[in-house]
Amino acid sequence: MSKVRVLVGTRKGAFILESDGKREKWDVKGPHFAGWEMYHLKGSPADPNRIYASQTSGWFGQVIQRSSDGGKTWETPGGEKMPAPGGPPPGKSNHFLYDSSPETGKPLTTHQWYDGTQHPWEFKRVWHLEPSLTDPDTVYAGVEDAALFKSTDGGKSWHELSGLRGHGTGPKWQPGAGGMCLHTVVLDPSNPGRIFVAISAAGAFRTDDGGKTWKPINQGLRSQYIPDPTAEIGHCVHRIAQHKARPNVLYMQKHWDVMRSNNAGDQWEEVSGNLPTDFGFVIDVHAHEPETIYVVPIKSDGEHFPMDGKLRVYRSKTGGNEWEALSKGLPERDCYVNVLRDAMAVDSLDSCGIYFGTTGGQVYGSADAGNSWAPIVRDLPAVLSVEVQTLP
Amino acid sequence: MIVVVLPPHLRTLAHISGDVQLEVPGQITQRAVLDALEARYPMLCGTIRDQVTKERRPFLRFFACEGDLSHESPDAPLPEPVASGKEPFFIIGAIAGG
Repeated sequence: MSKVRVLVGTRKGAFILESDGKREKWDVKGPHFAGWEMYHLKGSPADPNRIYASQTSGWFGQVIQRSSDGGKTWETPGGEKMPAPGGPPPGKSNHFLYDSSPETGKPLTTHQWYDGTQHPWEFKRVWHLEPSLTDPDTVYAGVEDAALFKSTDGGKSWHELSGLRGHGTGPKWQPGAGGMCLHTVVLDPSNPGRIFVAISAAGAFRTDDGGKTWKPINQGLRSQYIPDPTAEIGHCVHRIAQHKARPNVLYMQKHWDVMRSNNAGDQWEEVSGNLPTDFGFVIDVHAHEPETIYVVPIKSDGEHFPMDGKLRVYRSKTGGNEWEALSKGLPERDCYVNVLRDAMAVDSLDSCGIYFGTTGGQVYGSADAGNSWAPIVRDLPAVLSVEVQTLP
Repeated sequence: MIVVVLPPHLRTLAHISGDVQLEVPGQITQRAVLDALEARYPMLCGTIRDQVTKERRPFLRFFACEGDLSHESPDAPLPEPVASGKEPFFIIGAIAGG
């Protein structure tokens, strides 16, 4: 029977939740890396035993962890062994160095700071790890300050795909309230050279040549909170989702507005429809129904909690515009948690499972595509990320 | 032997259960101690000082012999009791939280 493994990153450690295909009884393991902020964990589609994790701390900085046995044991890639005298140097798994100008030695380009001045790029943390669809040793890292890094040696060393910052609009990017982070990385299963990324608060970008060159894909977005609401960049994109069977169709939860593109981001249209509020962070797609999508509406950018104290997932079976509230098993009163951008995922069992975590420490699961929900765990630290692996 | 005391999070990261005892060649300075520490535990690279600039991370301090050495030159000799192993070199995480 198939199994599912839910990878949960929290403010104070990582947890691994496992169940069989019925998804009724759960085994909870953790905390791994207790006391550290675990921004994101994700398994390799090419080898489910390979899991990457972003371990970070305001005190101690960034560490990359890697498991090769499904999360039972972990290592810092290249950092475990004491280098032998005269031997090769240790890997630098936590070394994220922005590309520099050969003339000045300083990082390429600057970006706009809160006061309007130009500010150098400064690495802070890894927000999102996206393993290659085909190679367990290749993984991408979306980082703050916004940039995309790639490792082809299992996370031992990283190099920047600097064409993203260097394509021309980089000096106009500016941080949102949560920092200037590259938080979404979507790999196109039908085109190995195509990658989509999203940056707060710069917008969405696409490469068609494996990361050498990039272009903004924000046409159709409208953001009233920037001087030119339809500007080429400056939009606060919260999350992009894609169904692997239709990689040119993208769904986006923006700061405000739920959006859809039918042409790989070249043009977007709003599909917020009858949502009670179109602010939110997460968005995801049913594993088997490319037109069925899920969001968790949040009241507003000033009030990061559900409407009226009722935690509800909204589902559209029409690719947007027509939404239904899913509330069975979710709190119906006095609920004031948030659901952060990387904290929703779907499994690929026949009856698609949906999972999301809250800043109140709950992880909810639905084994019937959202019709009913139950808490898997209730009292974890604030949940930062949720990913799912469907195992044979 | 130089004795280094790490904060709990870094002991966990480096799989260390107690204090660290290090052979440090040459003059005993902050830089020499940290170089030796990172050579023995490569996973600590970047967690105590910046990988490139080698500057101390902002929320960490270096204490020894009841003094704060955080703002001393990394190349200044450490106090004799640290150099002789009688007193430990403390790496401390800033106290925060509520």
